[in-house]
Amino acid sequence: MASVGDRRRIDRGSFPALLAALRSEGYRVLGPTLRDAAIVYDEITTEADLPIGWTDRQGPGTYRLERRNDGALFGYTVGPSSWKRQLFPARERLWTARRTGEGFEVAPEPPDERPVAILGARACEIAAIAVTDRVFDGAHRDPGYYARRGRLFVVAVQCGQAGATCFCTSMNTGPGVTGGFDLSLTEILGPGGHRFLAVVGSEAGGRVLDRVPTVPAGDEDGPAAEAIVARTAASMGRSMDTTGIRELLPSRPEHPRWEVVARRCLACTNCTMVCPTCFCSTTEEVPSLDAEQVERWRRWDSCFNSQFSQLHGGSVRQSTQSRYRQWLTHKLSTWHDQFGTSGCVGCGRCITWCPVGIDLTEEVAAIRTPAPTATAPRGTP
Amino acid sequence: MTEPLHRHESALRIADHPFLRGLDPSLIESLSEQAVERDFDPGEFLLRDGETADGCYLVFHGKIALEVSAPDRGRLTIQTVGPGEILGWSWLTPPYRWQVDARALKHVRVVRLDAGVLRRTFTELPEAGYQFLLRLLPVVAHRLENTRIQLLDVHGV
Amino acid sequence: MGSSPAAVAPVGGARHPYAPTPYRVLSRVSETADTVTITLAPAGGAPIDAHRPGQFNMVYAFGVGEVAVSISDGGRFPAPLVHTVRSVGKVTHALAGVVPGQVLGVRGPYGRPWPTEPAEGRDVLVVGGGLGLAPLRPLLQELLAHRERFGRVEVIYGARSPKDLLYYPEIQSWRQRTDLRMQVTVDAAGRDWYGDVGLVTARLADVRLDMARTVAYLCGPEIMMRTTARDLVDRGIPEEAIWLSLERNMKCAIAQCGHCQFGPVFVCRDGPVFAYRDLRRLLAVREV
Repeated sequence: MASVGDRRRIDRGSFPALLAALRSEGYRVLGPTLRDAAIVYDEITTEADLPIGWTDRQGPGTYRLERRNDGALFGYTVGPSSWKRQLFPARERLWTARRTGEGFEVAPEPPDERPVAILGARACEIAAIAVTDRVFDGAHRDPGYYARRGRLFVVAVQCGQAGATCFCTSMNTGPGVTGGFDLSLTEILGPGGHRFLAVVGSEAGGRVLDRVPTVPAGDEDGPAAEAIVARTAASMGRSMDTTGIRELLPSRPEHPRWEVVARRCLACTNCTMVCPTCFCSTTEEVPSLDAEQVERWRRWDSCFNSQFSQLHGGSVRQSTQSRYRQWLTHKLSTWHDQFGTSGCVGCGRCITWCPVGIDLTEEVAAIRTPAPTATAPRGTP
Repeated sequence: MTEPLHRHESALRIADHPFLRGLDPSLIESLSEQAVERDFDPGEFLLRDGETADGCYLVFHGKIALEVSAPDRGRLTIQTVGPGEILGWSWLTPPYRWQVDARALKHVRVVRLDAGVLRRTFTELPEAGYQFLLRLLPVVAHRLENTRIQLLDVHGV
Repeated sequence: MGSSPAAVAPVGGARHPYAPTPYRVLSRVSETADTVTITLAPAGGAPIDAHRPGQFNMVYAFGVGEVAVSISDGGRFPAPLVHTVRSVGKVTHALAGVVPGQVLGVRGPYGRPWPTEPAEGRDVLVVGGGLGLAPLRPLLQELLAHRERFGRVEVIYGARSPKDLLYYPEIQSWRQRTDLRMQVTVDAAGRDWYGDVGLVTARLADVRLDMARTVAYLCGPEIMMRTTARDLVDRGIPEEAIWLSLERNMKCAIAQCGHCQFGPVFVCRDGPVFAYRDLRRLLAVREV
């Protein structure tokens, strides 16, 4: 029986057995797959569903799939989807109410009991799950999120390459996976053969691995995996200086850069949709046609929407500038006040999927530069 | 502030009014020339929109409504003025014409300072006049703030 | 962090945080042309938890939606819930149009109440603007219920016009009390109004409290609270002795939907009542 901390080798040929083991342990498996010219997370039934031999080329406002010259299973970084969608669905029914005479009866949505395994969670994504765990916890712990969270089996994959918009090293979230997994994999290509170094992170992980043909990790496997992580760490496409960032952003609400970035920002909400930690939501009431029954739904919302801060007299944040400032300041600064952690894990999705290529690492650097003294602070009469 | 005023005490009294209290005694002495104490019954007008602004009122007692009229809204009170406050500044600059109606809401007792005396005194004692203006400007500024809040209709939205 | 299926226990048994509890409308009283006060009692089931002055509920109209409404009566648990609602949107329109017997939903109470301990042995100034009197009313009731604990108590209430004054009979009874001084002012009035016309800040000049030993509670339009708080500081009330109640868009009321953020705080959870000292800097920034 494999126990926590055990390191074992899975040969490439045995990889399908891992998928089979997950299914026989009762998990529905979600993982990376090709769809709409991107690598997204969806149901995986066979290893053929994985983007074998594909990679992605990312940049500010750009994402392209390319063929690799090998048969890597995990030879890419993160795409537009994140595991947030699994734990905190874009739309979720909270309860249903039925009219009863003069009143009504409320039936909370029963929790979905099916265990789910996520295959290929990267270090930044595991960090993101730790962040949303805090968001949905508290005095009013979210039952839907925690029901799904409790049944989640995490198969981590250490990144073998960094994307051009990656900066997890700046946020101390990766690329090495240090915890928060049931099983972690490092895909090793080249000398010694195509193989995986597997590390057991939980008893459940041990049970799954027991169903997979493995051998104890060889002397060369550990160093090979470490070298891969080190190489990835050294090739980050972006970096962000986080020194004093928590104090920096709220102290510069009138910095002229906010206006500069707002000239480009379309307030399209893409960054918040692809962000693995953005958690804003709204609720909607959906009555049946005969008005005898209603459903209450929660769906993703975004602080970039004009209605987001609506009060009776109008929106509090009318300008795009104020909404960008809210998003960035929240993500990198006030998140610490609220949840004791940064809201950014350095995955770079908001840079890649911004239609105009706004790069938060660039914006932070600009705001770090004091405003020219000739510019009077905005808001002074 | 509520004890009755006596006509012969006007000069002394205006020095006690919060608006003038502490100003240069020579200024107060000059202003007391032609200062008259006046009473208004509820509903009586102290001054009317469009008329010549020939005086300034130190309010000692009662409450005065500043009113404007709009065809579709009738008479509208935009501010009330009470004891310790000053009423009127249109006497200071041409064309010396009142811009609002001021009507007593309850029995009002004021001392009316003569505009001609005021203007002449300010020319003769510019330094003391400046001190007077320093006190008058916040009254004007407050009216402006009041108007701004009414414009925003903060309670309406 | 553990992520195995057993590591994070699922929630069970507790009331679903988003599920409203049915409450029956006992009465509906018109306050102004667009504002009503409704009184609610549990429609059979267990009541929601006891509330403190300054807290709010999410009030739900079947088939329409829910909205955050402050609790406007301090009646001790399990007294009926009282909410004053101004009809300005879809949900508030439905709430303002209820009839006795109708069933609404309630979840709450939420938020931090007005702290009254800091005011014990001190003078108290309560300043309300418009609908802002609603969450101050239970505070006033509490101050009066324990009148001996506080020094002099003054209230300034500003409204748009005389016909926009809330709780008119209660205001009249407060004004007749000898242990409470209340000034009422309106933004504009017709000739049938003999009271003050002007800003609440203009009435501050007439407050007869020992400002250095006064605790102030403000609720009303943000611009009014901002100017009033500044004025009170100028008059000698310490920043930390000024409390105000903030309004922001709220969807969940449990600090999970993100809507009510004001800088680092969630107004629903960390407020709506805040010390002015903690908000002064942010209140001065536009569009936070």
